[in-house]
Amino acid sequence: MAEKGIGARVPRKEDLRFITGRGRYTDDINQPGQAYAVFVRSPHAHARIKRIDKAPALALPGVLAVLDGQDVAADGLGNLICGWLVKSKDGSPMKMGKHPLLAQEKVRYVGDRVAVVVAETLAQAKDAAEALVVEYEELPAVVDLAGAHEGPLVHDEIPNNLCYDWELGDKAAVDAAFARAHHVTRTELVNNRLVPNAMEPRAAIGHYDPGQDAFTLYLTSQNPHVHRLVISAFVGIAPEHKLRVVAPDVGGGFGSKIFIYGEECVVLWASKKIGGRPVKWTAERSESFLTDAHGRDHVSRAELALDKDGNFLALRVNTKANLGGYMSTFSSCIPTYLYATLLAGQYKTPAIYCDVQAYYTNTAPVDAYRGAGRPEASFLLETLIDQAAMEMRMDPAEIRRKNFIPKTAFPYQTPVALVYDTGDYEACLDEALRLVDYAGFPARRAQSEKNGKLRGIGISCYIEACGIAPSAVVGSLGAGVGLWESAKVRFTHTGKVQVLTGTHTHGQGHETTFSQLVAEKLGVPYEDVEVIHGDTEKTPVGMGTYGSRSLAVGGEALVRACDKIIAKGKKIAAHLLEASEADIEFRDGKFTVAGTDKSKTIGEIVFAAYVPHNYPAGLEPGMEESAFFDPPNFTFPSGTYVCEVEVDPQTGEVDVVKFVAVDDFGNVINPMIVEGQVHGGLVQGIGQALLEGVRYDAGGQLLTGSYMDYCMPRADDVPSFEVHTVRGTACTSNSMGVKGCGEAGAIGAPAAVINAITNAIGVRVEMPATPERVWRAIQSRPMAKAAE
Amino acid sequence: MDMTGEYRIPAARQRVWEMLNDPAILAQAIPGCESLEKLSDSELQAKVKAKVGPVAATFAGKIRLSDVKPPESYTIMGEGSGGMAGFAKGGAKVQLLEDGPQATILRYEAKAEVGGKLAQIGSRLIQGTAKKMADDFFGKFAELAAAAAAPAEAAAPAVEAAPPAARPTEAPPAPAPAPAGLAGIPWIWIAAAVVVLVVLLWALFGG
Repeated sequence: MAEKGIGARVPRKEDLRFITGRGRYTDDINQPGQAYAVFVRSPHAHARIKRIDKAPALALPGVLAVLDGQDVAADGLGNLICGWLVKSKDGSPMKMGKHPLLAQEKVRYVGDRVAVVVAETLAQAKDAAEALVVEYEELPAVVDLAGAHEGPLVHDEIPNNLCYDWELGDKAAVDAAFARAHHVTRTELVNNRLVPNAMEPRAAIGHYDPGQDAFTLYLTSQNPHVHRLVISAFVGIAPEHKLRVVAPDVGGGFGSKIFIYGEECVVLWASKKIGGRPVKWTAERSESFLTDAHGRDHVSRAELALDKDGNFLALRVNTKANLGGYMSTFSSCIPTYLYATLLAGQYKTPAIYCDVQAYYTNTAPVDAYRGAGRPEASFLLETLIDQAAMEMRMDPAEIRRKNFIPKTAFPYQTPVALVYDTGDYEACLDEALRLVDYAGFPARRAQSEKNGKLRGIGISCYIEACGIAPSAVVGSLGAGVGLWESAKVRFTHTGKVQVLTGTHTHGQGHETTFSQLVAEKLGVPYEDVEVIHGDTEKTPVGMGTYGSRSLAVGGEALVRACDKIIAKGKKIAAHLLEASEADIEFRDGKFTVAGTDKSKTIGEIVFAAYVPHNYPAGLEPGMEESAFFDPPNFTFPSGTYVCEVEVDPQTGEVDVVKFVAVDDFGNVINPMIVEGQVHGGLVQGIGQALLEGVRYDAGGQLLTGSYMDYCMPRADDVPSFEVHTVRGTACTSNSMGVKGCGEAGAIGAPAAVINAITNAIGVRVEMPATPERVWRAIQSRPMAKAAE
Repeated sequence: MDMTGEYRIPAARQRVWEMLNDPAILAQAIPGCESLEKLSDSELQAKVKAKVGPVAATFAGKIRLSDVKPPESYTIMGEGSGGMAGFAKGGAKVQLLEDGPQATILRYEAKAEVGGKLAQIGSRLIQGTAKKMADDFFGKFAELAAAAAAPAEAAAPAVEAAPPAARPTEAPPAPAPAPAGLAGIPWIWIAAAVVVLVVLLWALFGG
């Protein structure tokens, strides 16, 4: 291993600028002549727009333009799209309601974009937005899933607000298994709606240059090329070759910055409307709460059939998923192909059936949020298994172990479409139980009881499919794009390396990990590698960063580009060393004639490529190679999380006292970055379990619209984590053997926390398990009632 | 949200009713009132500048009166828009009860609904803000009642005649009522809308 190569705990090179305040985010960019945009948003959850009077706004000083949905229509701009076509049971395509850049005729959630005001200064834009007159005719709103089917229509042309009614699995086999089951465990549960809360709010600067007849869009994006594609091909503001999209430093995304929203498109369009001045918009935190695509929001009914020994026979799940007022860029696939396909978990359950109804409601659009479908699946399965263990008086660890897919069974075809390539679930379980001292739990519980506390322990064995994705597979399931990735490796004369990647880093540390990878592969110093990303004019076309794909897919493209560099280098070395190309070996940055001490360094070879005075005939000069990689399969990280809580029965407060995470991420490039990713995911998972939850009132007003009412986890809400990465089972879908690690924590943690609380108090509490809910659950226990 | 409450105003019921019908008095007493305009006998339009926590805006709104029984009770419904700050709408039933010849108890039951930024950021602050505005209003209202009464009495200065704040219980009786001001069909100002602000105010000022 090179000192800073694969496997080294190299500190993140990007942190120098981040922790010294030198990051350059979209809002840090200011351009000459820049104007400012403010969006006028609907205060109503559902209303008809009766009239918009622009005159009072236009009359104010500094106002350059006031644009509304009619202007969007007049310019013939296309609607925002959902890029994944899901079909209903009857084969009919999902019903996609029109999603214009600015609302036309109706508004469908509080915060829906009604108009934009562009002015010389931000203050002038705000004043003009205040002056704009919008008259609404209020309509009854539908807010939650319970009322969605019979409720008022969000899109007049979509009956019952039903976008699709989808299914996966063998229903007949499942029904038959239930018919012969010894025991059936049943539950209903809610997966609570979350606000993504990236530290940096969304922002954009649109600039049309009339001289070049070309557009530039700076924005907060996880996938600038996807933004360019949708804005040109579907919205139609600019042709793709005339549109440059730049996502500079981005302060967190968690999914919310994948999507193509209206605001970013509108500032680009508005720039042209005002004659080519740059137009900047930066979301206020209130706007982030209202309009960044929310996550989760499922209501499910789940049943597990077991034989008398606790073997799982079949799983049956019905889920209703809330889409919000409009479909978002990938919202259709989250509660379907990224959810139901994961319901096998780590288990050999032979028959699984899931059907999903996705409904429109008068709430913010819902889309991928860290984990995206997989946390919902994992939470459902892992809490259901705990309930089954309780009902059958089995140990929660043992019922899992009994049902694990054995490590000899890989590759393993699940009944819900996926083929797991590798895994060793028992190894993670054993290690986690050892680290948490599972055997010593009764003594710890007794000690807590002496202190007046209820102690519980909860296990969650998660699996996820990430590193999305094989294009042919996702294409067959309805995806409108391919999900390969790209990389380019460019040497300079002096032997320095520029890595251009189609992925985007917004907290994941790609600049460090990719540098380590290249240093190891090419034998160049880590410090000599520079990673460039986020600019469609510099980097090769790529699909971006989400679904824990950057290393497994983008990293593999990088490896292959390096391989091409080495292959070309061998030709040059063979020429210079007067040997046969087949006899040239490359190791640690040196091309050597096998069995001799004749060698050339990669720096010498690169120099020869750029100064080809003595060079192989017919070989192109230069040293720059690119590669695209489309993986044959997803990667399947897995692991066991064990959480211990102490509950104060007087107040219902839950204290997470211990949290052990054991993950199998395959091979690891930088363990420190991986641990950091797991820490972040765990905090978000614990946040979902204990603190976070979106509340709309019955009329569709967002009540949890600021940090006064939406509770984010803080350092004192989480314990000091014990995070361990086992010597993993190498993934077979990329040459590095790596799996994704970005979402695992958020996927596995909620069930571990809730199972621990259930274990402590004997009743399952819905998320977020606030002190009030826990206290009420304690009061509702049969014991508490009997004592009255 | 639902709100109920009562205030004791140190003036005779007929006098309170009349003052509640006097746009000049109301405009002076309502904190942040920018304009008050009668559209018809039962409709009124107002502009009020208000701040609920971090949300500050000028609210423009309309109110309508119904079930008017002078000088005992009325029902008021209204809605107002605060531009970027959102909207408020709601209604209140207001009763004026005699508490001896020199005092009146105003009792209200209000329901309010708020939307937009007011709901998003201000909802937990609304009750407190409404309470403070109501207190400010009644302080001023009592002062004006006393000032109006003073010339008629040709007696003690207004400040002594009427304590600055009307309180549900302790407020001492005010001096005898002044001659009737405006008569006719009752109506109220009401501002519009701020949220509760307004709704509470609706509740409080009746016609």
